[in-house]
Amino acid sequence: MITVTNLDLHDVHVTIAGTPVVTGVDLTVPSGRRVGIIGPNGSGKSTLLRAVYRHLPLARGRITVGGEDLWRLTPRRAAQLVAALPQETRADFDVTVWEMAAMGRTPHKRPFAPDTAEDTAVVTDALVHAGVLQLAHRRYTTLSGGEKQRVLLARALAQQAPILVLDEPTNHLDVRHQFELLDLVSSTGTTVVAALHDLNLAAAYCDHLYVLAEGRVVAHGPPHDILTPRLVREVFGVDAHVTRVPDADVPHLILRPQDGAGP
Amino acid sequence: MTALRPGPPKAPTGPRPPHRRVTRAAHAVLAGVLVIGLAASVLLGTVEVPAGTVARIIVWHLTGHGDPGAWSVSQDTVVWNLRLPRALLAALVGAGLAVSGTATQALVRNPLADPYVLGLTYGAAVGAVAVVITGVAPLGGVSTGVAAFLGALGAFAVVYALARAGGTLAPLRLILSGMAVTYALSGVTSFLVLQADDPGTTHSVLFWLFGSLAEANWAALGLPAAVLAATMIALLAQARPLNTLLLGDETAASLGIPAARLRRHLFLLIALLTGVMVALAGGVGFIGLIVPHAARLLVGSDHRRLLPVAALAGAGFLVLVDIAARTALHPQELPVGVVTSVIGAPLFLWLVHTRARDTTGL
Repeated sequence: MITVTNLDLHDVHVTIAGTPVVTGVDLTVPSGRRVGIIGPNGSGKSTLLRAVYRHLPLARGRITVGGEDLWRLTPRRAAQLVAALPQETRADFDVTVWEMAAMGRTPHKRPFAPDTAEDTAVVTDALVHAGVLQLAHRRYTTLSGGEKQRVLLARALAQQAPILVLDEPTNHLDVRHQFELLDLVSSTGTTVVAALHDLNLAAAYCDHLYVLAEGRVVAHGPPHDILTPRLVREVFGVDAHVTRVPDADVPHLILRPQDGAGP
Repeated sequence: MTALRPGPPKAPTGPRPPHRRVTRAAHAVLAGVLVIGLAASVLLGTVEVPAGTVARIIVWHLTGHGDPGAWSVSQDTVVWNLRLPRALLAALVGAGLAVSGTATQALVRNPLADPYVLGLTYGAAVGAVAVVITGVAPLGGVSTGVAAFLGALGAFAVVYALARAGGTLAPLRLILSGMAVTYALSGVTSFLVLQADDPGTTHSVLFWLFGSLAEANWAALGLPAAVLAATMIALLAQARPLNTLLLGDETAASLGIPAARLRRHLFLLIALLTGVMVALAGGVGFIGLIVPHAARLLVGSDHRRLLPVAALAGAGFLVLVDIAARTALHPQELPVGVVTSVIGAPLFLWLVHTRARDTTGL
């Protein structure tokens, strides 16, 4: 069973090849909540998340999961606490859907440890939950974009980690599959931190939004406090008209180029 | 927000791919091929020795049972001192190169790579040729082998240093560094050969470049066997981490595998294994490329299944190739590397072709 816990970032700095990309981010994801990170390209969203799933080291600061300092743990233990859907998954080799999902068990296995009945059960559950069990025998490379993301989500679920990190999970997906994937994520009940490009999806699926610009948090709060015409203009450089999604207390943005240019 | 959940999963057709049965069948068939190959290798040759006599000679040497007067001294020498160690060396080198090829493909995350892209072969060639040409042989008869191994490790060190930017051994940098070192060393080899200008040197250079098993003897089998066993165990212990490496460094990190550290271990193991095999048998090409690829087609990309199958297939393949090398143009003997290349190139093209068809779905 997946336990639910919280994720905290304190004064996180990340430097890539000598260039500071993330400079002093504080961020909190309470247990079982979904936090979205929004911001223009190059604002440091992916870099920040890469430090959370330990692909990039911290230059300064601390990341804790349920109070445990993530970067003081072994990589294996850290991966038992944080699962991720990174932006890029290479598929140069033939891997079946089952194998892809079963790789989520990696942080739970010691050298030479065989797959147990429990592993099989966990992976089967994850595939069922993601709605892709019927694809188990297919090769990953032959799947559609939507199917691929669901298989990767199954892999993250098989990891049984209390924290789920999503880096632009809806990229390259059509509208229906974007909703499907985020509904699936919501239905898991885990603590989620996700970088999202689409402001309306972020508003619909996140309890709380952090706005990143030039490696810093410039604002955070519930979606209807954050997604204001002023902030959208300042951070993204576009004009926004805010309306509401019918039958839901969710803001919805209608966007157009700044100063009324364009159609 | 309206929930648009995907429908309930369709009836599963059994969750696990039928890999276990395929793997078992592959083991059985490949082990059979290896045993038949070894037997044929001991039976075939210029000196005719009846199968029964061959069996009695081997039994007598292994257990001391039998009557050594029932066969001639030359038959004994041919079977026990020439053919059997040669067949076993072929099996060990074939397995070693196939395993290091499998590991190299994970290291550079490219299914069309082989250990030689890392520059090790020409390093070995330069080491061996330098000994042959200068005539400096401080260690007597084993000097060329030792020099070849040191040459391979030297090439490894240079490639490693060139590729290590940021400590990550990024796959593309590894391949490019390996290519640069290979070109440089092949230039050095050519220069040394031109300087020497005598047929003996040219012959020995050809040996290192194309590979040969003709020098096999019992004393030469212990080292490759030990190195193969040790690297195989080390790789199997890392089989799951190796699998995650195929999906890219970000995914590996998210699964608790620091890719940069794993690549450093992997590169060391590959250098050791390839260095020993090349020092013993020269640059036998294409096995490290073709065999892992064929093994992947059989049992998939999971290294827990792939490594043993690649080892068995590589062993059987080189034993059979060596038989062809000894008998095809009888009485002349071809370098095994020539035979693997002649068989390997068309096989490689075929694999590239089927791969392209598979991934594009055409």
